[in-house]
Amino acid sequence: MISGKGGTGKTSVVASFAALAENKVLVDCDVDAADLHLLLSPEVVESHEFMASRQATVDVSRCTGCGHCSEVCRFGAIAMAYGHPTIDPISCEGCTVCSHICPEGAITMVDVMSGHWYVSHTRFGPMVHAKLKAAEENSGKLVSQVRRKAREIAESQGHELIITDGPPGVGCPVISSISGVDLALIVTEPTVAGVHDMERVLDLTCHFGVESAVCINKCDLDEANAERIEDYCCARGIEIAGKIPFDEEMVRAVVRGEPPVLYGDGAPDCAGPDSVAGEAAQAIRQLWDRVAVLLARDAGSF
Amino acid sequence: MIVSIASGKGGTGKTTVAVNLALALEGAMPIRFLDCDVEEPNAHLFLHPEIERSEKVSLPVPVVDESKCNGCGKCARVCAFHAILAFSSRTIVLPELCHGCGGCALLCPQGAITESPKVIGEVETGRAGDIRFAHGRTGIGSPLAPPVVKAVREALDKEGLGAGLTIIDAPPGTSCPVVASIKGSDYCVLVTEPTPFGLNDLGLAVGLVRELGIPCGVVINRAGLGDEAVSAYCSREGIPVLLEIPYDRKYAECYAKGGRLVDDFPELRGALKGLWRKISASGESGAEGEDGRREMGEI
Ligand code: SF4
Ligand code: SF4
Ligand code: SF4
Ligand code: SF4
Repeated sequence: MISGKGGTGKTSVVASFAALAENKVLVDCDVDAADLHLLLSPEVVESHEFMASRQATVDVSRCTGCGHCSEVCRFGAIAMAYGHPTIDPISCEGCTVCSHICPEGAITMVDVMSGHWYVSHTRFGPMVHAKLKAAEENSGKLVSQVRRKAREIAESQGHELIITDGPPGVGCPVISSISGVDLALIVTEPTVAGVHDMERVLDLTCHFGVESAVCINKCDLDEANAERIEDYCCARGIEIAGKIPFDEEMVRAVVRGEPPVLYGDGAPDCAGPDSVAGEAAQAIRQLWDRVAVLLARDAGSF
Repeated sequence: MIVSIASGKGGTGKTTVAVNLALALEGAMPIRFLDCDVEEPNAHLFLHPEIERSEKVSLPVPVVDESKCNGCGKCARVCAFHAILAFSSRTIVLPELCHGCGGCALLCPQGAITESPKVIGEVETGRAGDIRFAHGRTGIGSPLAPPVVKAVREALDKEGLGAGLTIIDAPPGTSCPVVASIKGSDYCVLVTEPTPFGLNDLGLAVGLVRELGIPCGVVINRAGLGDEAVSAYCSREGIPVLLEIPYDRKYAECYAKGGRLVDDFPELRGALKGLWRKISASGESGAEGEDGRREMGEI
């Protein structure tokens, strides 16, 4: 599940699916600003360090101050001061060029820890999530790592479905999140920014040949934009799998730290269509039913 | 003065604050607006700039001259991003993975590698009323945002605006494109919402701006819709809450249409001017004063 634009309510929908779907593994691929754990209260059972990047370090005792390293670094990470290079760890991309070029062999590359990833237990099933350290890159690699683990768990424990909360944007981590999925569900909102970003993210899923469907959250916020989304998707042959009305209960559920479909006292099954459950919760149930149909149809083609 | 507007979490109203701050101050001082969210740029949807110039952003990627290459494999060994593969018969470049570091071309013993620009995005500059405007966009399927961000940050430099205010609309999150966007700002405004998501992601963003040594303050958007945990966090951490924008469905509807809040709701125009007064005051009392700040007029 992706959104292009942040803040469209994607994580709330993912958490709801976690409560509604059976036999699944949950994955949070928004490794930069992971939020799914706030609704699913995972209990961490495995924690791993994520080592993917390297950084240049200078051995000052060998350095003659020739300045070659600073000339070749294209990322502006090496500044010469008092005759010796200093390396800015935030700017260093770990390209290794300086270490190869240094005539004195004074520069070596050291591994740095870029974050952690976790396997957790939740009341809705196993969950794999991660935390990238601030100012780190390689988010795409961490996403791949987390997805690989989820797949392993799904295969070894016989789970049929992997539900992924994807990151915002259209960059590396998004590309890593959608590669090889059966369905990308795009959660958008009827705002000019939501429409714009949905179009970009659909360009991306089409570019990689990923089957997509769209869900309009807060659909009654602006009728004209909601219509624009529907027309646009219709013209591109993309299904609108569901529409969720604006409902302050969605925010209250986040504050309570619960998936919005678990309104009031209820486990998912006790809130039938006639119950007190809010409009948004009902719409999410319908959305899930539709997504399950789309997935079943897809499964036929395995 | 350079003020960046950031948020750990997407969709908190970062662009709304950035755009309306620019509009509220338009005319009072020279304003430059840089939309650095190059994966999903949105500010133009509200500012409707007239675009005057458009430039491609490219990265130098290697081209192998097969007649000179002897298949020694050095290039593949030095490339930290696995963007060049050497086989005995052929050397293949994978341009999507290349970061343009220049290592392979520099280190090929046969001098078989030259570099040619590959387009990874574009930057547009123009004007929205009195506001100088620039934004960028990565190409679809082209995952490298930081070089495009850098190009946006430099886009208006040649105009030498000197004094005045540069407002940077940063991408969401805390990873490298965000660093590229906010690095070197004099102040960073973190926009959040009063929910556990907002709080969690605000904490991450605060960690980042502190690491970068940028003074920061918080704007709480949709105040009243969530809980009090964000305010409590800010007072605990000694981070000033510069402004609370109350939740109001009519603001959300105005935003949805691409409207300008400061035009429709005069109370917000006043609030955003107040936000600026607080930012500039904290700049003056900050550790190192900068020349630009002294030239800033009162509003
Ligand atoms: S290239 Fe090596 S010797 Fe020269 S300044 Fe850099 S670290 Fe020192
Ligand atoms: S590894 Fe690359 S980016 Fe880092 S300092 Fe060396 S040349 Fe610069
Ligand atoms: S380093 Fe140069 S000669 Fe060696 S494989 Fe690469 S391109 Fe060919
Ligand atoms: S320029 Fe750098 S990143 Fe690109 S292929 Fe060459 S060594 Fe790899």
